[in-house]
Amino acid sequence: MEKTENPILKAYSKENLPEMYQVLAPNGEIIESIDGKIDKSLMLKMYESMLLLRMFDRKSVNLQRQGRMGTYAPFEGQEASQIGSAFALSAGDWMFPTYRDHAAAIIHGQEMYRVFLYWMGHVEGSICPEGKRTMPPCVPIATQMVHAVGTAWASKLKGEENVSIAYFGDGATSEGDFHEALNFAGVYKTPTIFFCQNNGYAISVPFEKQSASKTISQRADAYDIHGVRVDGNDIFAVWLTVKEAVERALKGEGPTLIEAITFRYGAHTTADNPNIYRNQEDISTFWRENRDPITRLKKLLINKGFWNEEQEEMVLKQISEQIDTHLQKAEEYPKADPLDMFNHVYAEESWHINEQQQELKQILKKDVKK
Amino acid sequence: MSQHLTMIQAITEAMDQKLGQDDRVMILGQDIGVNGGVFRSTEGLFEKYGKDRVVDTPLAEAGIIGSAIGLALNGMVPVVEIQFLAFIYPGFEQIVSHAARMRYRTRGQFGVPLVIRTPYGAGIRGPELHSESVETFFAHTPGLKVVAPSNPYDAKGLLISAIEDPDPVIFLEPTKLYRAFKEEVPKEMYRIPIGQAKVVQEGSDLTIFAWGAMLREALNAAKKIENEKGWKCEVVDLRTLYPLDRDTIVKSIKKTGRGLVVHEAHKSSGLGAEIISIINDEALIYLKAPIKRVTGFDVPVPQFSVEDHYLPTVERIKQGIMETISF
Repeated sequence: MEKTENPILKAYSKENLPEMYQVLAPNGEIIESIDGKIDKSLMLKMYESMLLLRMFDRKSVNLQRQGRMGTYAPFEGQEASQIGSAFALSAGDWMFPTYRDHAAAIIHGQEMYRVFLYWMGHVEGSICPEGKRTMPPCVPIATQMVHAVGTAWASKLKGEENVSIAYFGDGATSEGDFHEALNFAGVYKTPTIFFCQNNGYAISVPFEKQSASKTISQRADAYDIHGVRVDGNDIFAVWLTVKEAVERALKGEGPTLIEAITFRYGAHTTADNPNIYRNQEDISTFWRENRDPITRLKKLLINKGFWNEEQEEMVLKQISEQIDTHLQKAEEYPKADPLDMFNHVYAEESWHINEQQQELKQILKKDVKK
Repeated sequence: MSQHLTMIQAITEAMDQKLGQDDRVMILGQDIGVNGGVFRSTEGLFEKYGKDRVVDTPLAEAGIIGSAIGLALNGMVPVVEIQFLAFIYPGFEQIVSHAARMRYRTRGQFGVPLVIRTPYGAGIRGPELHSESVETFFAHTPGLKVVAPSNPYDAKGLLISAIEDPDPVIFLEPTKLYRAFKEEVPKEMYRIPIGQAKVVQEGSDLTIFAWGAMLREALNAAKKIENEKGWKCEVVDLRTLYPLDRDTIVKSIKKTGRGLVVHEAHKSSGLGAEIISIINDEALIYLKAPIKRVTGFDVPVPQFSVEDHYLPTVERIKQGIMETISF
């Protein structure tokens, strides 16, 4: 079977394409001065966060393989996009992640053990820490984008200094809700950031089959909103872009559509086999070797003398312990109570749900007697 | 203080009073601002409350409902108007996959206090897809509440309750009754609890269950039967279609021993089937006859030259009553 050519390689080639904003080149060199913008401490925070979340992601895939977790959607390769964008937000900002954006959610305050819980089939995995505004992962495609218009609109009406960010992929840009969200945000000038991780594939469908548009960011022109195309594996470029979008939004200058070019190294989910639709080995090797978000920052940090292998070893050990602590918390989490499924359908109780709960309760009692 | 209002006036007054009383309330929809709505249900509200609270939206139902979900998550109380029930489908995913589930998914952390008002039903010589009665789609969705008033008094009281409800409410307004009659409506705010049916006419021989525009047809049929045969029908206005008021349904059946459901929605999997199931579960041994359904047919709602034949008529209801009582 003919396997499609990697559209991302094309995206990286500069022919016929507008520039992609880049600050940290894949070889670890700084292209644009970051003096006064990104200091050593932020660099190290970004680096350690990427290490942590890559390890978290790999751990999750392994847990699924071992039967300790359900189907999981991995994000390895997309760390710079997710972490760089989330670092640019304030604590009170609204976040609407998809099922692949755990790194963004965790940076924005979601706890790792809850992400484990979510993929272990516990509804408590959808709860965000008290006072936070991280919504549960959106499972349908692009539908959360309009919610991020609404929350941002409310912030604006109430005079609150918060933005709303919606995460989505390249496939989402074909959905009607993508269009409706950009259009509404443009009309009401809402402080919304539309953050697209263009990883080149919607499960198996490459972007070239998704749209005749050369880029996703160009769609912003149609709505007269700001659009930017950025190297999604360059955490500096992502952070600076989102930070600027936040500032623009808070100044009342409306929404921004950001297209971050990135790549998922692995499968769509643990239930997917990418070998069917792409030359998985070649493509992921190419990206790992040439475009990896973590490697390029590591090169810079080592060149600057901010990092060495000893530190890395120590940090990896701490990270591993940190993940294990969260995993333990998730695995020791109280067994789900079947009767809890009847709670929170409505704010107030309803007779039919109460009765069905009683019905199951009786069945469970009988089961115990047996 | 009282006044005589049509249903549409009562609905406008409910929104006006809630907008006046609660800064978080917003009205959103197509043509609802400057134009005052295609049925004029928001007339005067744009001038009174301004463009930020009575919002003319782009023509996009998913966008309207989806952004209203976001507004509701972040502390506003949006009241959305969808121009006709059959135009709600682009926003269906937003309703069932998000509005109805957000409280559940977040274990009560985030709720969606959203009202979606929409005219529904046939009988106004509307164009195609302006006359649907698909309440079952929503009454099949846990997390939603579905309300359908049959008169101005209930419309105002139920709409105020819907706006104050912490959960999403689909508020179905029978288009045919918007200006059909006036009745006394208190000037002040009042509430009719969601989830409560009402016995609008006491009787002893048979119970007719109806809602929305069918309520009046049911009452007319009951009156004719009484004149012609001397049979006294009890008429129950369900008012809330989800969750149903089981107690009122069962109590009435236990009293009369016979039942008839009238709805303009299609017969198969319509709410009539659910009502009969409730009676089956709770009051089977009280029944003297099988419960009949007089409903819209299982065909797409036809164009208006034959809509009167699609809709349950007084004659068909009478026939149903006679067959049930003489079973």
